[in-house]
Amino acid sequence: MGRDEALFQYLLRLGDNALVLAQRLGEWTGKAPVIEEDLATANTALDLIGQARMWLTYAGEVEGKGRDEDKLAFLRDVSDFRNVLLVEQPNGNFADTIARQFYFDAWNVRALGALRGSRDARIADIAGKSVKEAVYHLERSSDWVVRLGDGTDESHAKMQAAIDDLWMYTGELFAADEVDRFMADAGMGFDPVTLHAPWLEEVERTLDDATLATPGAGHMQRGGKQGVHTEKLGYLLAEMQFLQRAYPGAQW
Amino acid sequence: MEAVATARPPVDQIWAWLGEVPDPEIPAVSVVDLGIVREVRWDETGELVVIVTPTYAGCPATELIAAEISRAIKGRGVQRLRLDTRLAPAWTTDWISERGREKLAGYGIAPPGYKVVDASAILRRRAPEAVACPRCGSQRTSLTSRFGSTPCKALYRCDDCLEPFDYFKPH
Repeated sequence: MGRDEALFQYLLRLGDNALVLAQRLGEWTGKAPVIEEDLATANTALDLIGQARMWLTYAGEVEGKGRDEDKLAFLRDVSDFRNVLLVEQPNGNFADTIARQFYFDAWNVRALGALRGSRDARIADIAGKSVKEAVYHLERSSDWVVRLGDGTDESHAKMQAAIDDLWMYTGELFAADEVDRFMADAGMGFDPVTLHAPWLEEVERTLDDATLATPGAGHMQRGGKQGVHTEKLGYLLAEMQFLQRAYPGAQW
Repeated sequence: MEAVATARPPVDQIWAWLGEVPDPEIPAVSVVDLGIVREVRWDETGELVVIVTPTYAGCPATELIAAEISRAIKGRGVQRLRLDTRLAPAWTTDWISERGREKLAGYGIAPPGYKVVDASAILRRRAPEAVACPRCGSQRTSLTSRFGSTPCKALYRCDDCLEPFDYFKPH
């Protein structure tokens, strides 16, 4: 695997994680449980869209085929997306959305923190910009895990179910493949395995505060980083990409 | 007109013009007060270079700000202007000027409560700080949402005067 191909794939993963999660969060706009969380969810999505734009713009430049952020976002098909399976999972109830966000944020803060030291200056700059936002996202999602977990019987049960249901999508965050290894060896990325222990420690601590049980080891789903997705991503893209597919080149 | 068009106004003059460009979301403060204009210089070819940094990665005002800056400068006869974006070091609320903080408070937005100093400081998570109500000054306030009408603000409520208010989050 050549440097440019590994870098391109790596940037797609970072960009697609942010883009797909932002699109999911956007689905709550106008119908979140309370208006304050409607705002907070939309603002979190906005931060992620900004991050996705920076990663995908860079990805397009590295690829060198004239694809900009918009072409990459709106004109790729499902199997060309490189996001982890976790972020494409549906919103479910509010606890499901919060569990997905919490698992991702606790990883994202550490991933971006590691990328601040990337030998690739552009990656380091984007990560340095994004990590501050990710820290704030984690504070919010952690708060909600605790509020719902340590809340009423019903909120506790829903939060625990959400934590359990999404657990099988967390393993992929820490599984290294050829792209990860190339980027880590080149000093541009990080070895995902090294993030697992600190991530798990934080997850256990927060779930403990929330009076929730941390799921045990079990089968982990994977494939998103290589383009093998759950069927849910297709529906998400159908909505997100409709306008550019139906009216190619349409401008705001 | 010709003389104006070919002149190179001094950099201090450009900064003064930019000091009158309001932030589109919070018009009480200028883009200079917010600390998002990082550098102004004439390059060797006679082009004016203005370097801007975004507040938040997804801030929708970024493009409008660039357009407003361009208008303020070109409207004064500068023909050749290049607007560049700089990501690092990442923008921090520490760069909001003292004047900007006063204007925020006067506008009803509580200014950031502590200095972030550098990104590593914000990565160490802090206990929620006491935020003074910009209307009555009371320290008895509560967070109602971590985000407000824009990504840079949170929503608070004063427990004494009972008014809701925006808090410009330390970032």
